[in-house]
Amino acid sequence: MLLRHTSKEVKEREGLTINPAKTCQPIGAMYAALGIHGCLPHSHGSQGCCSYHRSTLTRHYKEPVMAATSSFTEGASVFGGQANLLAAIETIFSVYDPDIIAVHSTCLSETIGDDLQQITRKAKDDGKVPEGKHVIFASTPSFIGSHITGYANMVTGIATQFAVSTGVKKNQFNIIAGWMEPSDMREIKRLSKELGVKIVLFPDTSDVLDAPQTGKHEFYPKGGTTVAELQSAGDSISSLALGAISAEPAAIALEKSCKVAFETLDMPIGLSATDRFIMALSQVAGVKVPDEITAERGRLVDVMADMEQYLYGKRVALFGDPDQLLPLTEFLLDLNMKPAHIVSGTPGQRFEKQMRQLLDARSPETNFRNGLQADMFLLHQWMKNEPVDLLIGNTYGKYIARDEDVPFIRFGFPILDRIGHSYFPNVGYSGGLRLVEKLLNAVMDRQDRDALEEKFELVM
Amino acid sequence: MEQITILEGRQKQIFEKKKGVAQPDIACDTSSLSGSVSQRACVFCGSRVVLYPIADAIHVVHGPIGCAAYTWDIRGAVSSGPELHRLSFSTDLQEMDVIYGGEKKLYHSLIELIEQYKPKAAFIYSTCIVGLIGDDIEAVCRKVAKETGIPVLPVHSEGFKGTKKDGYKAACHSLMKLIGTGPIDEISKYSINILGEFNLAGEAWIIRQYYEKMGIEVVATLTGDGRIDAVRRAHGATLNVVQCSGSMTWLAKEMEEKYGIPYIRVSYFGIEDMSKSLYDVAKYFPDRPDIMDAAKQVVSEEVKTLYPSLQKFKKALTGKKAAIYVGGAFKTFSLIKALRSIGMSVVLAGSQTGNKDDYARLKEMCDEGTVIVDDSNPVELSKFILEKEADLLIGGVKERPIAFKLGIGFCDHNHERKIPLAGFVGMYNFALEVYQSVMSPVWQFAPRKGGTL
Repeated sequence: MLLRHTSKEVKEREGLTINPAKTCQPIGAMYAALGIHGCLPHSHGSQGCCSYHRSTLTRHYKEPVMAATSSFTEGASVFGGQANLLAAIETIFSVYDPDIIAVHSTCLSETIGDDLQQITRKAKDDGKVPEGKHVIFASTPSFIGSHITGYANMVTGIATQFAVSTGVKKNQFNIIAGWMEPSDMREIKRLSKELGVKIVLFPDTSDVLDAPQTGKHEFYPKGGTTVAELQSAGDSISSLALGAISAEPAAIALEKSCKVAFETLDMPIGLSATDRFIMALSQVAGVKVPDEITAERGRLVDVMADMEQYLYGKRVALFGDPDQLLPLTEFLLDLNMKPAHIVSGTPGQRFEKQMRQLLDARSPETNFRNGLQADMFLLHQWMKNEPVDLLIGNTYGKYIARDEDVPFIRFGFPILDRIGHSYFPNVGYSGGLRLVEKLLNAVMDRQDRDALEEKFELVM
Repeated sequence: MEQITILEGRQKQIFEKKKGVAQPDIACDTSSLSGSVSQRACVFCGSRVVLYPIADAIHVVHGPIGCAAYTWDIRGAVSSGPELHRLSFSTDLQEMDVIYGGEKKLYHSLIELIEQYKPKAAFIYSTCIVGLIGDDIEAVCRKVAKETGIPVLPVHSEGFKGTKKDGYKAACHSLMKLIGTGPIDEISKYSINILGEFNLAGEAWIIRQYYEKMGIEVVATLTGDGRIDAVRRAHGATLNVVQCSGSMTWLAKEMEEKYGIPYIRVSYFGIEDMSKSLYDVAKYFPDRPDIMDAAKQVVSEEVKTLYPSLQKFKKALTGKKAAIYVGGAFKTFSLIKALRSIGMSVVLAGSQTGNKDDYARLKEMCDEGTVIVDDSNPVELSKFILEKEADLLIGGVKERPIAFKLGIGFCDHNHERKIPLAGFVGMYNFALEVYQSVMSPVWQFAPRKGGTL
């Protein structure tokens, strides 16, 4: 029992976090930047930050993850990191030759007061940025928010520092992806194509972090939103932001800078959220939903009806990131399951309000907490007090699942011990099907395992 | 060799062994250049990996959440008992703490934690930001130690204050505070500490067993399957046996100075070095020839079964080429020998933290044409691997997918090894893993080495 020390009694803690359900901003910024074609993320801080983020992303994707670091020393921490960043920009363009460098800050560079806007401007003024190349930035202090905040900040940086409004609208729509997998982004593109809507999706990590084996190490894989696409985003008719926490800030910024109106939607996870996404996209673009998509929806509803009896009333504990948890919880409710405990380390009243609203309407007795001390220790304590049938969350849930002997479905970030998330989407109707399959497998495998011999069923 | 773009300022950290060419010293022990895609980590990382295996202590990361999140149970350092080291504790510093200081939060966190988990000791790691906001963690630790009665040890591991090696040193500094505080009257004269062995995949157990078979008492393993009480008694050992020279030589030197305990450097990888590490310890006790006899006995028994079992791997792997890029240089030496024993040659050898002497020795050991690098990056590594037509890369987590993209085999000789690679059995496992990966049927479906099927 790895977590044998977890006590049943829940006590308010002052400051201490045990087994976090979040990590820090910069890794989110690094992930977002990898969704831009030809972009090298750059970590403006100590060497370790960059190394940790690359290792974690590598473990999650089993792919090479490239990023550079300012390699702060004691000197830089006293005198400021400007010299390091200027030198880094020069080095990166001459040796690694990216189209774009996306700089994000760290707790260290933020605390010493480095101003990324000023430094990157100086780099341009000093001629350190070659013609046709770009340096963008996002401020991502690790002591505010979470990895989701960092993702949102970098996506905002991408939107505002590339998009230009030429005054002539283009017949296209922006879809701003909240933190989702490359497989999800690929699925969003497929659905839009089925609908016949031209979109600019950003960021887009498909064909970057799910790259094929080619016999070469492609430093800049073929995927990612291109600079031309990003620049044109300022002329799009409108934007759909998929996720209030991780995508909406970029949409707001784009409305400010280029007057592109936006609508915020939940990430299209599960039936209802996908319905809203398909409806919204078909409405803004003025297109009819094609039969093929209606049929996809029908297949998901069919399975939900076929198997409803096995999922009914099952109690679920879940932890993860706001924009994924919200539609996932809604989907569990649509499946007649019972979200019992929900935890997210990402702070913020917006998410708290959204989740409360959903729960008040459909499951008021659910335990829910986000922000400080909303960690996996707390989730485990709740589970000890009110046991569940299923646990859903990132790989770190496996300790709790093992100790409590609860079936476990991996969902979210990071997943360090399984594959699949890069290749099979959770979004859209097909993503919904995959989720239902996973839920059923977990629940029914357990039923089979625990069934008395006379109740051990062949047909289920 | 085709000229490759090398970072300006990097030339001195790369070297190709050629006949009749002046042999410059390799530049090492330096920080990475700003803007490089370095494979290295920071001071905090160094401290964290060294102390992490001490399983009955709590390890509290004082800083924003990331440093704790990324180091949460990522290293398979196995414990035979308590597993407190596998949990993640953080003060999760927020903006207000950065402005007003985090001492109070740290104090409360420690009190809560110690009450909850009843550990034998607590290690408190400073991260970058703590070094800037000036929290007096020494004072907090003293206060908590006094109130709780357990050792509460600050680890000065601010990420920017040097390289990973400085982190090793900060960790050793904390260990020195513990050593010398436990009873030693019952310790045998024929005793050692095993230093720099972290019990990844249970390796320390294998090594310990060999020494115990020789009649040697192992007082403490630093830090694999580590226990606070054992660390406190470490000054009672007669000899320190140091593996992973990068992380623990400093501690061995300190113990020599303070307690007069001499040390020897060993490696447990490969038949040759493994045997030598037993003989060298036996040699240290000349008044007990039975210890040397027992060492010979252990070696001959092990080799008798191991050697024939390696032959099928050797047959398949003879003539294949390997690239090595690992953390410490000492490990590289052993790997070169181990690979030779299964018929493979080394065409690229590098490390993240080797020093001048290490690289001099590496140059001596390597065949002509071998490329030697310090603190390399993925562009260089990929390029050299393709040019030298390597069939295998030995490295860590960030290198693994690069090898597979290039269509060559890979062996993790770092945190993520899943099977023991140390000891005689480890040599078998190593050969098996190399064989499995290099000879895998998957490669017949894959474009290999730059894009040909």
